[in-house]
Amino acid sequence: MSRSGRGRVVPYLLLLPGLLWLVLFFLAPAVQLAATSLYDPAGSLTSGYAMTWSFGNYPDAVAAYGAQLGRSFGYAGLATLLALLLGYPLAYVIALRAGRWQYLLLVCVVAPMFTSFLVRTLAWKTVLSDGGAVVGLLRDLHLLAPDGRLLATPAAVVTSLTYCYLPFMVLPLYASLQRLDPRLLEAAGDLFARPAQVFRRVTLPLSMPGVVAGTLLTFIPATGDYVNAELLGTPNEYMVGNVIDAAFLVRLDYPQGAALSVLLMVAILALVIGWLRRAGPAEAG
Amino acid sequence: MVVEEPSGALRLVGLSKRFGAVTVVDRLDLTVPAGSFFALLGPSGCGKTTTLRMVAGLTEPTGGRILLGDEDITRLRPYRRPVNTVFQSYALFPHLDVFENVAFGLRRRGVPEVAGQVRRMLSLVQLDGYERHRPEQLSGGQQQRVALARALVNRPRVLLLDEPLGALDLALRRRMQGELRRLRTEVGGTFVHVTHDQEEAMTLADTVAVMNAGRVEQLGTPAELYEFPATAFVATFLGRSNLLAGTVNGRSGDDLLVEAYGRRFSVPSARSRVDSGAVLLGVRPEKVRLVGTAEQVPAGHQWLDGTVTDVGYFGVSTEYSVRTGAGVELSVFAAADGESARIPAGSPVLAHWHPRHAFLLHHDPHHCLHHCLHHDLHDDAAAAAAAAAAAVRAGRE
Repeated sequence: MSRSGRGRVVPYLLLLPGLLWLVLFFLAPAVQLAATSLYDPAGSLTSGYAMTWSFGNYPDAVAAYGAQLGRSFGYAGLATLLALLLGYPLAYVIALRAGRWQYLLLVCVVAPMFTSFLVRTLAWKTVLSDGGAVVGLLRDLHLLAPDGRLLATPAAVVTSLTYCYLPFMVLPLYASLQRLDPRLLEAAGDLFARPAQVFRRVTLPLSMPGVVAGTLLTFIPATGDYVNAELLGTPNEYMVGNVIDAAFLVRLDYPQGAALSVLLMVAILALVIGWLRRAGPAEAG
Repeated sequence: MVVEEPSGALRLVGLSKRFGAVTVVDRLDLTVPAGSFFALLGPSGCGKTTTLRMVAGLTEPTGGRILLGDEDITRLRPYRRPVNTVFQSYALFPHLDVFENVAFGLRRRGVPEVAGQVRRMLSLVQLDGYERHRPEQLSGGQQQRVALARALVNRPRVLLLDEPLGALDLALRRRMQGELRRLRTEVGGTFVHVTHDQEEAMTLADTVAVMNAGRVEQLGTPAELYEFPATAFVATFLGRSNLLAGTVNGRSGDDLLVEAYGRRFSVPSARSRVDSGAVLLGVRPEKVRLVGTAEQVPAGHQWLDGTVTDVGYFGVSTEYSVRTGAGVELSVFAAADGESARIPAGSPVLAHWHPRHAFLLHHDPHHCLHHCLHHDLHDDAAAAAAAAAAAVRAGRE
């Protein structure tokens, strides 16, 4: 009749492996990272680091690499917006208009992910190369100066970021649009809504969960991405990921790398919470 | 855009809809007088919902025209038609509360004074105080009222009701029928109601069109349809009928003489749809009485003898199945008036009726008489599923 003692314990037992995993591989490193960010910046790997609660590491890091930090959010924001603008119509057509082609088109969206991230980015480099067809066409159309190029520009980094994360935008959008009841769209039309109003008042609000999930899945990894800026940009396009990469692996300035990492995490978290508050669940009419 | 004028009948002229090789609506001609409560009654798949969707503009006709007053609305986009629909599934907007659902049409048209109109309409459907509820917090009956209010608040020239009570349980359905009648008197306008429930059509509508296989079989008041059906389909779909296959073989004054199962019957020619050839002699089960001996049959009545095979007790009446000597099965409803004792199964009886209660129909031997005779009450779930499938089909084109 009543639930046995074991019945009450089982859920916690089921949680245990996951919790352990999180504590070992997320919480502990995160604490270590935060601690590292407060180490004495004068230390080094050979002489060792002393915990001096050097909060000054943060303003120092921002002063030195504020531009890259800002660029990360700028590029990631732009790429997310582009991915949304490209991905929404795509997801809409696949979910509501594609009929029996639906699954084939979905496979096409996901297919690029079967190749390595690096290979894809390098392929993008070929596509945008100075002698490539895209640059040639843009030059012929006078959209690009005769000596203009795409590689080593912000445009290259942003378009490549968009390309890399587009599937993460399309899939959640597809999932929420696919659940949309077409009878609601008919009802809206019956109640004097023009097609644009049907979209604005019914389709879009009902697909907001997909928009929120898609933008988060695109924006968060794009902000921390450094491969695209590394391969397609110059130091002028470097993002905070490149700086952190260099701090840990080239300059061996662990406290600064850690401080930048923590800053990035906190900033993303703040943006995500703000976005969820605005567009998240229980969107009102 | 939406003109508030009461006049103007809804006319369907040669309206057709084909999905591929399947003709769902077949050159339908229909006039719905302004201000009437009109029911399109038929079994699932007869084309009634497709007809409704064409009037709403949600399905494009293959041929024919739809006229509202003098205006041809055949090719108008749905949002330009002064017509609103109460959908079978209600199709309430889940992201909007009750108030905003009802306000939706008014806001799209930019009507001033939205709040007042919405509140008046909500109180008309007895949902005061539910403004801020979400559709999923409401019961089926309440959702139904929201759907009604959402359509009616726009004062449509024609309100289309697509099996609006189909999803409700029986008790609630009866209550909502009363509600609909009340709303109809308070709001006015033309109501077109699609249903497969003959009782619903008869109690609500002042004109009923019985549809079968994409065509209208008969159109008239519920009493006209019931008392003098035009076809075997109507006779069995709207209420029940005993249909005896026979041949006209003469005339006697104002009566036609019919021979069936080796016996002679007469039917007034005013109650005959045909006057020669193969016919079906029809008589409603409640017009048939049972007696024990030939002496008890009143003068002027006609009869068949047989044996009671089944007795069904319904409280207000008792239904008898009688297998006649000729092998026909007759249904007989005996009102529980306290006058007559129940007749046990196995009793030999005479089933008799007055000729003025009989009617004569054309007998098309190709017609599925067997199916019609054994036509039972529709399975609601099956009908709803078929209607949903039809809607999906219609939406796909």
